[in-house]
Parts: sequence; structure tokens; C-alpha cells
Amino acid sequence: MSRISVLVAVSAALVLAGCGSGGRTATSSGSETVTGNVTVFAAASLTETFTRLGEDFEEANPGTKVRFNFGGSSALAQQLGQGAPADVFASAAPANMKQVTDTKTITDTPRTFARNRLAIVVPKGNPGGISRLADFADAGKKIALCAEQVPCGAASKKVFELAEVTPAPDTLEQDVKAVLTKVSLGEVDGALVYQTDVKAAGDEVEGVEFAESAQAVNDYPIAALAKAPNAVTAQAFVDFVLSDKGRAVLSAAGFDNP
Amino acid sequence: MTLHADLRVTRGTFSLDLGLTIAPGEVVALLGPNGAGKSTALRALAGLLPLTSGHITVGESTWDGADEFLPAEKRPIGVVFQDYLLFAHMSALENVAFGLRARGTRRHEARAEAARWLGRVGLDGYAQTRPRSLSGGQAQRVALARALATGPSLLLLDEPLAALDASTRLQVRSELGRHLADFGGHTLLVTHDPLDAMVLADRLVILEDGRAVQTGPPAEVARQPRTDYVANLVGLNFYRGTASGTEVGLDGGGTLTIPRPVDGPVHVVFPPNAVSLHAERPGGSPRNVWPVTVDAIEQHAHTTRVRLDGAPNVLADITTATLADLRLRPGDALWAAVKATETHVYPA
Amino acid sequence: MTRNRVRGRLPVVLVLPAVIGLAFLLVPLVGLLVKTPWTSLSTSLSAEVGEALRLSLICASLATVLCLFLGIPLAWLLARSGLPGRGFLRALVTVPLVLPPVVGGVALLLVLGRRGLIGEHLDAWFGISLPFTTAGVVVAEAFVAMPFLVISVEGALRAADPRYEEAAATLGASRWLTFRRVTLPSVLPGVVAGAVLCWARALGEFGATITFAGNFPGETTTMPLAVYLALETDPDAAIVLSVVLLLVSVGVLAGLRDRWISGPT
Repeated sequence: MSRISVLVAVSAALVLAGCGSGGRTATSSGSETVTGNVTVFAAASLTETFTRLGEDFEEANPGTKVRFNFGGSSALAQQLGQGAPADVFASAAPANMKQVTDTKTITDTPRTFARNRLAIVVPKGNPGGISRLADFADAGKKIALCAEQVPCGAASKKVFELAEVTPAPDTLEQDVKAVLTKVSLGEVDGALVYQTDVKAAGDEVEGVEFAESAQAVNDYPIAALAKAPNAVTAQAFVDFVLSDKGRAVLSAAGFDNP
Repeated sequence: MTLHADLRVTRGTFSLDLGLTIAPGEVVALLGPNGAGKSTALRALAGLLPLTSGHITVGESTWDGADEFLPAEKRPIGVVFQDYLLFAHMSALENVAFGLRARGTRRHEARAEAARWLGRVGLDGYAQTRPRSLSGGQAQRVALARALATGPSLLLLDEPLAALDASTRLQVRSELGRHLADFGGHTLLVTHDPLDAMVLADRLVILEDGRAVQTGPPAEVARQPRTDYVANLVGLNFYRGTASGTEVGLDGGGTLTIPRPVDGPVHVVFPPNAVSLHAERPGGSPRNVWPVTVDAIEQHAHTTRVRLDGAPNVLADITTATLADLRLRPGDALWAAVKATETHVYPA
Repeated sequence: MTRNRVRGRLPVVLVLPAVIGLAFLLVPLVGLLVKTPWTSLSTSLSAEVGEALRLSLICASLATVLCLFLGIPLAWLLARSGLPGRGFLRALVTVPLVLPPVVGGVALLLVLGRRGLIGEHLDAWFGISLPFTTAGVVVAEAFVAMPFLVISVEGALRAADPRYEEAAATLGASRWLTFRRVTLPSVLPGVVAGAVLCWARALGEFGATITFAGNFPGETTTMPLAVYLALETDPDAAIVLSVVLLLVSVGVLAGLRDRWISGPT
């Protein structure tokens, strides 16, 4: 880990402290009680953190039960567009959130609850010797990137444009997990994924910070759905995610706080 | 180049132990009831089943033995299977040419030879016909041509006429007889039909329970059966007994008077039409007269066969006139009579 | 007429579920066709789509050939040999059917990947690396599709009368010749059915392919991958692509049917 990661961690902590004092609290402000089932559609990259947040929320609000549907943000947006019954949508990209707000399924203004940035990920020991973004242009190295159609791929594209690097990928994967599978099995020398994914992937992979990452930060918006079957609890869950406690869990997983 | 075989195969509780010698040009029929081991013997000779022990040799070459086993595809054999097993996706010509091709004959020659064989079995116009479009008799002839086309040293026929209806059977049987007469190799015919065996074979081997119970030329076997099965096949009343002068004490009870005096264990046979039936005890010349009761009556083409219980049991063929006369019904008590001169006696 | 009516009367017990079954299979298809934005068909059919379609057809066909080469002998082994533990082997052969394809892809990576059990040596000795290559697509598709062929051919072999093989042996045919000229032709309908299933499965293969061979246009991006990725951004285009894949495959199968499986005989 480089100096940058320390810097990021410190700044994240500062942001956390700053927001915490002014943010809304986790308790419901409405007169109706927070109880019953709440169904959350959340981006696949939130699987670990939201599962944890769900448990915490249930503990803080006895009588509630949080159910998740994790999946690709675009697939979830599509399901919601087709009228899937859900209370909350947490997307990995504003574009997918916009898809849903465009259909008037969400009337609230979505709020950004986390930010994620890209990181270079290499197999344990970095056998390909990848240390900077420019190494991705080396055709001799096996490189995996997310496909442009999915958020991490779109973000990657932006980063490469900013860095004026033309990558030479061997594969364009359909999601982050697929990229990580290939990295952890050593099939590729390097890949570009989110910082949180590097963290979640554990010991099999190593993360390499790079300077341009700060320029392509990805916002994660969340909103309660207009037709939420359990609107009160839905809002309570959104508030909980945005609370200090929520942010702490997210930043522990590697997310930046907005 | 005589074929010598000592076929020993053990499978579960069944065991086959059959010595077999077939001279070149000889047709041997293996005759026996179902389950006697006929098919096992044929499969062993064909190389489809290794012997448990024993041997098969033809002239100088060993096909199966202590530490030798020539698989089917290496043996110079031809087999006609009971249901022919013609290859459905090949034409009649291709079926006949198959063995030649498999043994390395060039395509063109193989087809020409196959066509000649189809001609020999009288199927000139059927070269391109698929087996499913052939009649039973035609399929049998293709199967025979296929088996003979490779010029085998041993021809194995597994119930070659069993799948045919009665009318075709007669003709195909005589044709088969002609082809067998022309064939210079060894032939083994497996059948349960005594008529096929009698007509086609030079020698019969009767197989029961995996053992040869009688061997000999058809006429001898027909005249002097040695087991109930053979006697039944050839349609004779058959008894075992011990002779003392002109009297034979039968193993199953009763005595029979015979024309010439002998001593010791003997077989006695006489045909069912030698038996006459009487309501009253007859006097006069017949020397063997004993009381019987009617067990069953079977109507055959020209005669009526009556199965009678007594000492001994006996089969009698009577004319329709006699039947009308006696008004037979099962359970009726009658007298059976057989002239001593009608009996045939031979040592057991 | 009366006779016709009597003949034509089919038991409701069979017809009703049959019709429901047919609807169950076809209605989603109809839904797809109804939703297809036909007007955008021409714009969706870019060069990339053509490339993906071509790659799909080539890879599925190669995978089918590979399956035929390996699958028929395997089916023969399962059906005809006296191999001990055949029942267990038969069950194992169906594993790729049960395995989620993505897991199958990971399994292939573990064996044939750059650091895989075998792949490591392939890479070190011959410089062959299957992941991210068109050959890798073929391998992944064959892995997933082979059970269809094996099961179909094995069933046909088990139903075939082994005495014909004995007849061939008595005519002097070696086991190989017997297999080629007697056994195989007799189970040809089973082989064709298996190959069609195999091809269709390979054509639609997604999970194992993207996991093992990755996704790169012109090399490993087959139609299902293109469809999946199109779904992320442009669902309409995805529907059009699926319909194109569907029409092409139905067209190919119908064409084959006319040529190879000529009507009732």
C-alpha cells in the first residue's frame, strides 16, 4: 500500500467526521412505526456491506426484516422498471438510478451514500510487475477490464482517457467478480476494479493505488421507491445507510464517503 | 484338415462338455432341446465365447486352447444367425461384400464377388435392396451368401430355418441342402428341428444338458434312439429294460416279448402305429397285450395319437375309423397290443 | 369420415398437458418477438454483431465436432465396455449439466488456466494458453455441451442390439471396423439428435464461456455474451440480438433437418 492509501484513509475519516455531525439520524422521524419487511435492491458490489447494514438495522429496529436482492445495477434497474416490488434501490451508478427515476418509480431525489474509486488489482506477488496505469498498454501482459457497458468498465474508460493511456485488454468482463476471479486465479497480470472489491477479495490479490484514480470516482445513489410497500421502514433504512453508523461500515469496506 | 473340438464352458450352474469332430465337407447337426447348450457350443466355435477349458483345432491351427484364443474376427468362419442379423443400413450386396471387405478384399472385387454370390442364391435382381424389403426366405439366402462369400473353413448355422413359415421352409431347406453339398469346409448346424437335422446333416449329435447323449448318422439315430428326448423327436415308443431270452423286464414296469432272444440291458422301440387298441382283450397272434387307460387324445393330420397310461405307458396312432369304432374318451379302459416282430431291440 | 374421427380422437389426459407444455415453451418466445423493436434491427446489426454471430456459429460447430470426437467413444465405453463403476461414471458425465456454468468455467480455469493443473504445463512447454482465445471458447462450450451428446448416444447404443456387432466379428471385422461400419450407422439417429442438442447448447452457452475464455470482440465475444452486455445498456438491442441468434439457429437446424433427417421413411 502506498502513501496514497493512507491519504485516502485519512481524508475519508475527515469526511466521515464532518458529515456525521450534520447528517440525519438513523431513527425514523415519522409518526408511523418502523416495522415489518423491507425489500432492498442493491448493487452486487454492496453485497457484504449491505448484508451487514441489514443486520445492524434489524437489531436497531426490532420487528423489522431486511430482504436483499443483489445484482448488477442495470439488471436491477430493469427489474424495477418492470414493476418489481421493492422498497429501496441502491445503485452502483447514477446512470442506473436515473433509469429508475425516469420511470417515475422514484420521486425522491436520490442521495449519494458512498463513493468508490478504481484501483489496480494484481495477483498475489504481482507476477506481471504492474505498478502504474501505463502498464495496461503493454500487449505482452494479460489484462482484464470490465466491459464498457457495466459501471466499472465505464469508469475504467474514463480513467484511461484522462491518463491518456490506450489499454490492451485480453478480456472485457461482465462484472467485477468475474474480473477478480481471473486475477485471483492468476489468469491475468492485472486488472482495474473498485477499491472496495480489492479489499473484499482478500489475500489472493493485491491492490496497487494509482494517481489518476481520484479523477474517476463513482457515486452510489440510494432512494426509497415511490410505491414502496413499506414506505416508512424504507425511508428508515435509507436514513440508516446515510447515518454515521452506516458510513462507518461502508468506509471500513473501502468506500469513500461523499 | 479335420476340426477337433473339446468344448468345455462353465457358466453359473450350467456346464457344457462336448467333444466334436467334423471332417471336411461333413455336415454335423447339433440337435437338442432349448437350454441344452447348442448356442453356447456355436458361440464357442465362432470365437464369441472363450472356452473355460478344452480346445478347438482345425488341422494344424489352434483356435482356442490352454493359452491361445483366436477371436471371432480372426477365425475363417461364416455364421448364419437365427434371425440373420443382416445390417439394416446396407444393401443386400453390401451385406454380402462386408466380410470380403473386412478381410481385405478390394472394394471392386468384393462387390463383384458379392454379386456372384447373390446370383448363386438366386437373388440376382436384389443387389440394391435393403434387408427390410426382403422376404424371410430372401433374407435367409442373403445371410447364407454373406456367410459363404468369404470362403470360410467352418460354416455355423444357428437355427437357419426357424424364422421361416412352413411353405418357404421346404424350399429354402432343399436349397440350403444343395449349397451345403457344394461347400467343402466343415459345417455345424444347430437346430431343435429333427427334420432339418435329418435332411441336411451327415451326422447328428444329440445334446442334452450340455452333454452329447447320442451321435451317429441320421438313419441310425432315428432307428435306435438312446434317450426319451431323441425317441420323442423321431416319434417312437422307447423303453429301457433288461432282457432275458425273449422277455424284457422294463425299468418303468411291465414286460415286453421280443422276437429274438438276447441278454442284458437293452432299449426297445416300436412305432406308435404298431400299437393296436381293443375294447376287449384280444386273442390270437399279438404277443404283447396289456391293459391301459386313455390319458389324452391328439388329432394329427391323418391319424389320431392316443396317449395311454399303463405298464408301460405307450403312444398309439390309430385311424379315424378305429377312433369312431371305439368312441374314445380320456379315462376309458382299453387293451393295447403290439406284435413282437414290430419291436426293435438293441443293446443299451 | 367416421373412421377418421375415431382415429383422430386423442386422450384429453395427454392433449391438455401437451398443449400447456407447448405454450409454456413458446409463449416466452412470442413475448420476445412481440417486444422486438424491428425498426432498430438494421441499426443493431453492426459489424460487431456480425462478428459475434460468425464467432458463435464457428465455435458452436467446432465444439460439436470436438464433442463428437470425444463423446461418441465415451458413450461407447459407458454403453458397451464391462468397465467397473460404469453407473458412477455415467452419473459423473452429467456433472456439467448440473454445475452452474460459471462454476464450470472456474473449474476449467483451475485445470486449463495459465496456472491450472494442466494449463501450467501447456503454457510452459508449448506456449499454449487457452483462456482469452477462440480455442478457449470452443473448450468451454464443449465442456458444457458434451453431456447432451454422450447421454443421447449412450442411450442409442444401449438400445442397439449388440449381436450385430458379433455378426460383424464373425465376418472378420475388427472392433474398429465394426464400430465404424455397423455400430455407428445403427445409432446414427441418436448421434444426430445428440449433436443437435450439443450444438444448440453450445450456441447459447454463456457462463462457462465468459468465465473461462473471457470476452473480447472478434476473439471470444459470442452472441450470448454480446446479448448479455447489450442488456446492461440497451435492452432493446439485446432483444434484437437474441432474436437474430434465435432465427439463425432455427434456420440452421431446419436446414440440417431437411438434409440429414429426411422425413418419414
